[in-house]
Amino acid sequence: MRKYLLVVLSLLLILSVSIFAKVKIVYWQYYFETKVKAIDELIKEFQKLYPDIEVEHVTFPYESFNEKVASSVPAGTGPDVVNLYYGWIPKYVTSGYLQPLPENEFSDEYFQKNFFAFVPKGVEFMGKRYALPIAVRSLALFWNKDLFKEAGLDPQRPPRTLQELVDMAKKLTKYDKQGNIVQAGLATQPSGQGHHWIREVLTRQFGGAPYSDDYTKVTYQDVPAALKFYTDLITVHKVGYPGFMNDDITAFTSQAAAMNIDGSFRIASLKKAGINFGVAELPEYNGIKSNFASFWANGITKNATGEKLDAAIKFIKFLSSDKVMEIWLEKVGELPANPAVAQKYYNDPIYGPFLKGLEYAHATFFVDETAQRQVMMDAVDKVWLKGISPEQAFKESAQTEQAVLDKFWKSVGK
Amino acid sequence: MTRSERINKVISYFVLTGLIIVMTFPFFWMVLSSLKPFREIYRPYLFPKNPTLDNYKQILSSSLFPRWFLNSVLVALSTTFSVLFFDSLVGYTIAKYRFPGRNIIFIFILSTLMIPTEMLIIPWYIMSSRLGWIDSYWGIMFPGMITAFGIFLMRQFMETIPDDLLDAARIDGVSEFGIFYRIALPLVKPALASLAILNFIGNWNAFLWPLIVSSKPRMYTLPVGLAYFSSENMMHWELIMTGATISTIPLIIVFFIFQKQIIRGIMLSGLKG
Amino acid sequence: MKLRQKKILTAYLFLLVPLTFFAFIRFYPMVSAFYISFTDWNIISPVKNFVGFSNYVKIFQDQVFRVSLLNTLKYVLYGVPSVIILSLSLALLLNNITKFQGFYRLVYVMPYITPLVATSWVWRWMYQKPPTGVINNFLNFLGLPARSFLMSTTEALPSIVATTVWIEVGYCVIIFLAGLQSIPKEYLEAAKVDGANRRQLLFRITIPLLNPVIVFLSVMEMIMFLRIFTQVYNMSDQGSGGPLNSTKPLVLYIYQKAFKSFDMGTATAATVILFLIILAITVIQLKVLNRKVQY
Repeated sequence: MRKYLLVVLSLLLILSVSIFAKVKIVYWQYYFETKVKAIDELIKEFQKLYPDIEVEHVTFPYESFNEKVASSVPAGTGPDVVNLYYGWIPKYVTSGYLQPLPENEFSDEYFQKNFFAFVPKGVEFMGKRYALPIAVRSLALFWNKDLFKEAGLDPQRPPRTLQELVDMAKKLTKYDKQGNIVQAGLATQPSGQGHHWIREVLTRQFGGAPYSDDYTKVTYQDVPAALKFYTDLITVHKVGYPGFMNDDITAFTSQAAAMNIDGSFRIASLKKAGINFGVAELPEYNGIKSNFASFWANGITKNATGEKLDAAIKFIKFLSSDKVMEIWLEKVGELPANPAVAQKYYNDPIYGPFLKGLEYAHATFFVDETAQRQVMMDAVDKVWLKGISPEQAFKESAQTEQAVLDKFWKSVGK
Repeated sequence: MTRSERINKVISYFVLTGLIIVMTFPFFWMVLSSLKPFREIYRPYLFPKNPTLDNYKQILSSSLFPRWFLNSVLVALSTTFSVLFFDSLVGYTIAKYRFPGRNIIFIFILSTLMIPTEMLIIPWYIMSSRLGWIDSYWGIMFPGMITAFGIFLMRQFMETIPDDLLDAARIDGVSEFGIFYRIALPLVKPALASLAILNFIGNWNAFLWPLIVSSKPRMYTLPVGLAYFSSENMMHWELIMTGATISTIPLIIVFFIFQKQIIRGIMLSGLKG
Repeated sequence: MKLRQKKILTAYLFLLVPLTFFAFIRFYPMVSAFYISFTDWNIISPVKNFVGFSNYVKIFQDQVFRVSLLNTLKYVLYGVPSVIILSLSLALLLNNITKFQGFYRLVYVMPYITPLVATSWVWRWMYQKPPTGVINNFLNFLGLPARSFLMSTTEALPSIVATTVWIEVGYCVIIFLAGLQSIPKEYLEAAKVDGANRRQLLFRITIPLLNPVIVFLSVMEMIMFLRIFTQVYNMSDQGSGGPLNSTKPLVLYIYQKAFKSFDMGTATAATVILFLIILAITVIQLKVLNRKVQY
């Protein structure tokens, strides 16, 4: 009798262990169709690899992503692994959402072996590293070959300098009888990638730098010519305006804009929409080339402890593996964060220009990406909507942004 | 009818009919846009050249709209039943019982009408996150389970019920709750119908609180879902318009079925003045 | 005597749940809102410090708050007269006709019952600039210049007001019409016999008799415009109240302070301001209406 009981009990124990042994971790990212689909598939792969781990995938609209993280992690209900923009790391760390990556698992050698050199710098804050990217991104010029042909331009020859960019954009712009733009030569959308182009590319090309080297001082106000070049596209050359067709992506995808400055992550959706497009390195000026590099990375929140932490570590390592990077490039169009993987695509007509851009790219250190983006958008809006001079608008923006930086550096005690 | 009166009438019809176009055009434009394929959505003509239902198929099969629809139905129905029951119960009690504190209680309830919801959402949110009501149906519904306006309205109607009728039931041995439920309630059915329909529409359309209290997309109501879906699909206006149509159609149907009650309900809401 | 006591007991029993509800879901949160507005609490930090009126000082020093207060005022100033005048005129026209009155009334009220989020997005779509916006295409067709609507710092707010007027008109028409139809026919007949013309009938008899309805609806609309949120959230880029804060109303400011910056102290201070404004308007309304009764 006792024996039976023992057998039954041990059976129950085995059963319950096999049921409860499954560790469940929650993964959050913002909604971006191709990324969401890719992650869904990768989670399946991952769960095959580690049958005792279950990953729940939750997405939110980009606009509300930060609020959701902010409201849930402190309450202990949020994600265990969160996908975040590298520029948010300082804010996430100082708000207490993230825990540093354990150094025994993620050593210097691990980073050296698996990532471009700017990656460990980008995920570091106050001497500790917080996240791993799957892929990196840079900017390039997209042009619509059909619209080039239609305007009598050589569809194989994109603009190489800013001067050519303006000239071609003018030729590519179409107006209706009343002077409304019906086809933009160049989409101008500071809220998209435009603010990066102004900050890290135009500012440097016009002989300045956006920030002091240690990112404590705003310096772009010294080169208002950079902002003026951008707003002249809207007010003087009239080749486009912010919000044309709602945004630059819509405009370019619906063939209402002939050129756009955008990231590699757009490639997949443009291919899907059947656009006949080409990709070129960003136009140079004064012989200066510049680009903006950035990435989304997976960090582990303070919610993950014990078994969940182990599972989270396995998950983010898996997501940054060579194989995933290749899938990511194919499905999402983002560039591999591992130079060894990137090597294979160097001469690709579409990915090549992005990879070349990475060589001379800068990754802005954002202390509050949302606020800093807003400042740049406001500068452009002030000039084209309110007629304020670029000098004044840039100065006002610099002041506002300096206050953001000061507040941040003060809060971390520097 | 004099000549000038007749002219007056003709002009009235003319203006009123013209305005019908203004009032309904957005609805037509919404539906027409939802029938256009992506290739046509940015083309400047009114009617789709190749009308298609693909947008509907896409939304119903690969988005959370069906789920949001269910959430909205559940939330709107539950709050409406709760409001009907509690509002009429309180209205009845205040109208038909004499007890110490009756006026103070009534004034206390009415005075809450002065507090704008916006002032309460922050404490509600804090309360919900402490009690684990975030991302739950109860979390969306609790602020609207009983309404002061409904109590005010039901009290007006309950007062018109003759006391003799209730006393007669009492003598027949009907319980106090039975008197309310079986005698009083059926007598105010028309008012209940109007209250129900207005409340249903109000809850179906509510936005601010459901936006705040639900963080997981699966728990969104239709309006919050539509706002989320739209900001995600900014380049696909045909899908946005399809989503808008899907969230509007049920209301239009309800509206045509219950038009009498709705109009009456709106008139009753003017009663406060 | 026993029945009386039983009835009192029953009454309290019936009121038990509802009163608990009002105490905990309405009254306590209100008190709590006042309290939070005097603290420096953000939801992340566990401590609440009492800071006196400093949140109130802080919001009035905040330029964005001042702008959103001013915008709210603009919504009320542009919106309320438009809704009232338009719906009163429509109700008067409707009162002229006999056939299809119900049908017109029904069509006019349709925007009022459709989800505000849906109508906001439809109007946002219609307000687009050329070549996609249907309104601009229509203007173009008439040979008129295109407008920027939601994309301009000066036109965006009036555009949102226009949409809101379109929504609210039907509701007011119904109440005005009910008011008009409750005016005793004899008054008008008597005035006609005395030789009053149509204009005099309207301004001397109809409108003064409608006065309580006009006051009531004006207050309702004022409060509605003071609390405007959903339209702006859905019609401005990324729910920001832009361009350049030109459409941001008080409630959106509160929402952003509370749920984007998690600055609960200043956000509740702003809600208290909103509460005081609405309270003042309601009190004035009661005074005005009570005076009217004495006529």
